[in-house]
Amino acid sequence: MRTFRYERSSSVSGAVALLAEAPHGAFLGGGTNLVDLMKLGVAQPDLLVDVRRLVSDRVEELPGGGVRIGAGTPNSECAAHPLVRQRYPMVSQALLSGASGQLRNLATTAGNLLQRTRCPYFQDITTACNKREPGTGCSAIEGHHRDLAILGTSPECVATHPSDLAVALAALDATVRTHGPGGERVISMTELHRLPGPEPQRDTVLQHGELITAIDLPPAPFATRSHFRKVRDRASYAFALVAVAAAIDLADGVVRDVRIALGGVAHKPWRAYRAEELLRGGPADEERFRQAAEAELADARPMPGNAFKVPLARNTLVATLLDLAGGPR
Amino acid sequence: MSTEVEVTLRVDGTPHRLTVDVRTTLLDALRERLGNTSAKKGCDHGQCGACTVLLNGRRVNSCLALAVAHDGAEIVTAAGLALDGELHPMQRAFIRHDAFQCGYCTPGQIVSAVAMLAEAEAGWPSAVTMGEPAGVGSGGGDGPTVGTVTDDEVRERMSGNLCRCAAYANIVPAIQEVARR
Repeated sequence: MRTFRYERSSSVSGAVALLAEAPHGAFLGGGTNLVDLMKLGVAQPDLLVDVRRLVSDRVEELPGGGVRIGAGTPNSECAAHPLVRQRYPMVSQALLSGASGQLRNLATTAGNLLQRTRCPYFQDITTACNKREPGTGCSAIEGHHRDLAILGTSPECVATHPSDLAVALAALDATVRTHGPGGERVISMTELHRLPGPEPQRDTVLQHGELITAIDLPPAPFATRSHFRKVRDRASYAFALVAVAAAIDLADGVVRDVRIALGGVAHKPWRAYRAEELLRGGPADEERFRQAAEAELADARPMPGNAFKVPLARNTLVATLLDLAGGPR
Repeated sequence: MSTEVEVTLRVDGTPHRLTVDVRTTLLDALRERLGNTSAKKGCDHGQCGACTVLLNGRRVNSCLALAVAHDGAEIVTAAGLALDGELHPMQRAFIRHDAFQCGYCTPGQIVSAVAMLAEAEAGWPSAVTMGEPAGVGSGGGDGPTVGTVTDDEVRERMSGNLCRCAAYANIVPAIQEVARR
């Protein structure tokens, strides 16, 4: 591991200023992904600004029925918090379906969103990877890409974003509060992460030195009927092949409103706007669910090794919606 | 560039003040600097759980925690679970159920199991308790009731501790014996 300077600050603006002066520095939260990437030589920050104890580690109620999750809240505490479990069950489910008990205790909420892809080539510094070293090429397209993306890929990168939490938050139209060198701003969860395009090295729209301070969940009464379903190679402790986060508002067998996002299929949480549009106002039955899923996946461009993800995503989405529609009215 | 930092760690009840390279993980500080080899280095990437310790009461992978970031922390290893020479009930249960073969993952398994039962007792949900789609007003799944952690629950909550000897079949009943008390 390359050595680095370690700093803390007594204020958010102080931490932001420290990093703004260090173009190769990084914020340190729980470190569960960053420290690993430093061991692998994938990340080589020359400065770590430790913000774990600087940002809020609390979950609190917002006026109007929303919930604010402090960026430093451990994944385990966020998942267990009554406000999250009761109002947004799929957020708890998403957190609990990721990593392990030990990792969830160490990992922070903001860090979860900012973890890097687990594409095997990104993590292996002996291989070409446009995300790790722009311009070197993508080893995955012609290589092992079974776990990688089917939607929104580019000729430069087919990585997936690994966070389950981000998928549930994107479905819920959560917002991310940040404090950067240019001041504070609020970013929609659906806009936080990017598609790779020609710049796969940029996972998010955050600028260097921009710190996530909190995640806001908007009031969403029908999110009490929500579910996060993750399909993976093992029953536990594995990244998603495909994941679905969905919340549905039903009345007399008709879909009044619905929120859907897919995980494990793209460089960002894939909000299924097209499927949502098709479902709204329609019957809550299998045929319509299937039509919506197929419409959402119509633009999928799988590679030979991950073509199975297209029917898997379709079937997982249909099954999740059927489960939700069959729940207590 | 100065890369040495002074940190204070309380390990198994004993305070230590030591100077470490900033790159030192808690695991390396324990094993290489303090001579406490209870926590094991398996994968060193947070995937196997052999390095599990209690950090301020919570189970974590000590291989991913930088010592400098946890200055002042209270750490308990599997060795520290045995008070006054008396083995912890979880340690006795692992022996009674023959819940290991080579034993390399065992300290991590035991620390994780002790913390896991505390988490369940505190009402923390798991992917198993939260697994069913939630209907309106269901509260999104209830926490487990004390003493009723199912075998599936134990497997899910212990999934961060790998055992390449595959002693799982005996680890689950060992943990269940302690859970039922």
